[in-house]
Amino acid sequence: MTSLTPVITEHWNVPDLFTLDGYRRHGGYRALKSALGMDPDAIIGTVKDTGLRGRGGAGFPTGLKWSFVPQGDGKPHYLVVNADESEPGACKDVPIMIANPHALIEGVIISSYAIRAHHAFIYIRGEVPQAIRRVATAIAEAEAAGLIGDNILGSGFDLRVTVHSGAGAYICGEETALLDSLEGYRGQPRLKPPFPATHGLYASPTVVNNVETITNIPWIINNGVEWFRQFGTEKSPGFKVFAVSGHVARPGIYEAPLGITMRELLDYAGGVVGGDGTVKFWIPGGSSVPMLTADHLDTPLTYEAMAEAGTMLGTGTPMVFNSTVSVVKAVTRWLEFYKHESCGKCTPCREGTYWITGVLERFEHGRGTDSDMDLLVEVCGNIAGRSFCALGDAAATPYPGALKYFRDEFEAATRTPVDEAFPPAASYIFSEVGAR
Amino acid sequence: MGYDDSVMTQMREIIARYPNSRSAVMPLLHLAQSIDDEVTPEAMQVIADELGLTTAEVTAVASFYTMYKRRPVGKHHIGVCTNTLCALLGGDAVYEAVSERLGAGHDERDSDGTFWLERIECQAACTHAPVMTVDWEFMDCQTPQSAVDVIDRLARGEEVVSTRGPVIRDFQATERTLAFPVDGLAGEGGEADAMMLAGLTYANEHGMKAPAAPAEGQS
Repeated sequence: MTSLTPVITEHWNVPDLFTLDGYRRHGGYRALKSALGMDPDAIIGTVKDTGLRGRGGAGFPTGLKWSFVPQGDGKPHYLVVNADESEPGACKDVPIMIANPHALIEGVIISSYAIRAHHAFIYIRGEVPQAIRRVATAIAEAEAAGLIGDNILGSGFDLRVTVHSGAGAYICGEETALLDSLEGYRGQPRLKPPFPATHGLYASPTVVNNVETITNIPWIINNGVEWFRQFGTEKSPGFKVFAVSGHVARPGIYEAPLGITMRELLDYAGGVVGGDGTVKFWIPGGSSVPMLTADHLDTPLTYEAMAEAGTMLGTGTPMVFNSTVSVVKAVTRWLEFYKHESCGKCTPCREGTYWITGVLERFEHGRGTDSDMDLLVEVCGNIAGRSFCALGDAAATPYPGALKYFRDEFEAATRTPVDEAFPPAASYIFSEVGAR
Repeated sequence: MGYDDSVMTQMREIIARYPNSRSAVMPLLHLAQSIDDEVTPEAMQVIADELGLTTAEVTAVASFYTMYKRRPVGKHHIGVCTNTLCALLGGDAVYEAVSERLGAGHDERDSDGTFWLERIECQAACTHAPVMTVDWEFMDCQTPQSAVDVIDRLARGEEVVSTRGPVIRDFQATERTLAFPVDGLAGEGGEADAMMLAGLTYANEHGMKAPAAPAEGQS
């Protein structure tokens, strides 16, 4: 049985952890002091050696990303933290920012020093004022304590950190759309290449990293590569802030090494509630990755094992659904989301999400047809890989993923409305039939 | 029309945060919304003038992001998450109950213009489903009854406290926070709640710990 390993979350029960005093009492800003005594390239090397991979969904090696930033180029460099957590199912960055904003800030200062950035931005979705005020207040405290600003701790390193509030657009979680948004435009993705590492914010070299990724950095500096690599696997080293939601007895944040299985996480979360007590389907990391079933509960939650199982680790925030849930309804609702959030730039995504949703709604009302099932496969195939950014690919993911395991449910939905086959109230967690 | 000098000073303070003034357009729209309860054409004109943009460029941004409203919101913005997970766990029922209580549908206001109701997308709080927001502050773990109760208390002017945040103020106050986020309220809402502590609590009860740092390491 894989043990839980609270690292980032270790002191979350400290009442004032979100303050500078609280964080410092629990080891905060010690890593910054060490880092500022290191050569920036050595920090990049250390992060590379840990094998830390981006926690925002794509899993790109963080140190490698940092090393793509050209040095000595005479241009300003920027660090941009992607705190636009909006992926359906993802709910771990907002808790990190609420519970321990200073750990993120410490990571921001060290990471900026490493890539030689003198201005960092934290782009937080606008719908979470509690996270925004906690992070902004932490920055103000750090400035007052000389941890941000000019000549930080006498090192000669200068840094400004700015919080930027979003305004309601899932697409801004896509890094190039985020950069356009931060520049004051509509949040629409850019064609890559060139990549942000050379042409990012204001056409300058920029690293865009997820909140959880950056929050790993202070622990890496304090404890080193070997310590870090004790967690997880060769290809997926480290610990992960998993967020388990859905039909489980104790939904919440569970920090464990990568490689823990869903069965183990379920056990920690008190097991499945409601329905017949079993997992019908689950999604390892956001609605943009294909669903799995009870057959995959023993598959390690690593980047490589999830890929082998035909899905992705994504944000590492599993959603669990019991036997009362209609797969058709779940997929339809996700597609309505993608339709709503498509930025409209690329025709396949803009039009495709519209048509998929329309056809799926026929199934929801029991009026789908056999040819509709093939039609949806075709439309999804016309979106995937044919749009600028991953939103299009994501929109083309839930339906084929569901069809793979639950074709019979789509067939049934050619005859019976899903609310008849799966009465919605049975899935509620607060009714007498519901579970918790 | 126009804003008074103190507002213009605040606008310039926001602009000064960025190397390139255009980046300020989003926080400036939040600031305008905190003053006017909506984004007005006049506000977009002022922002355009201040940033050296056309009104079309500012309107293009204002119309892209769903948090900017082009008609008055009222005192409170109510969001109910009806994305898949919240919806299935009961968010649809919460939405129906609130909608019935307010006599308003998605992106509509109640009859006296106090509440604006919106079906919102995933709020990054799935562990706290079904999720509602009041003026974008978290009201986690709702039932249809608890949600209607929140509306009733707000309608009576009673104090309502966010489950992970401060006492509910109003929509414009939250918009002000989005423009000037150091709002003196970071101490509200306390430490992590039961869901955020679920794993740590289990680990502590069962003596589970992460491997210690190396001996020469710091702690």
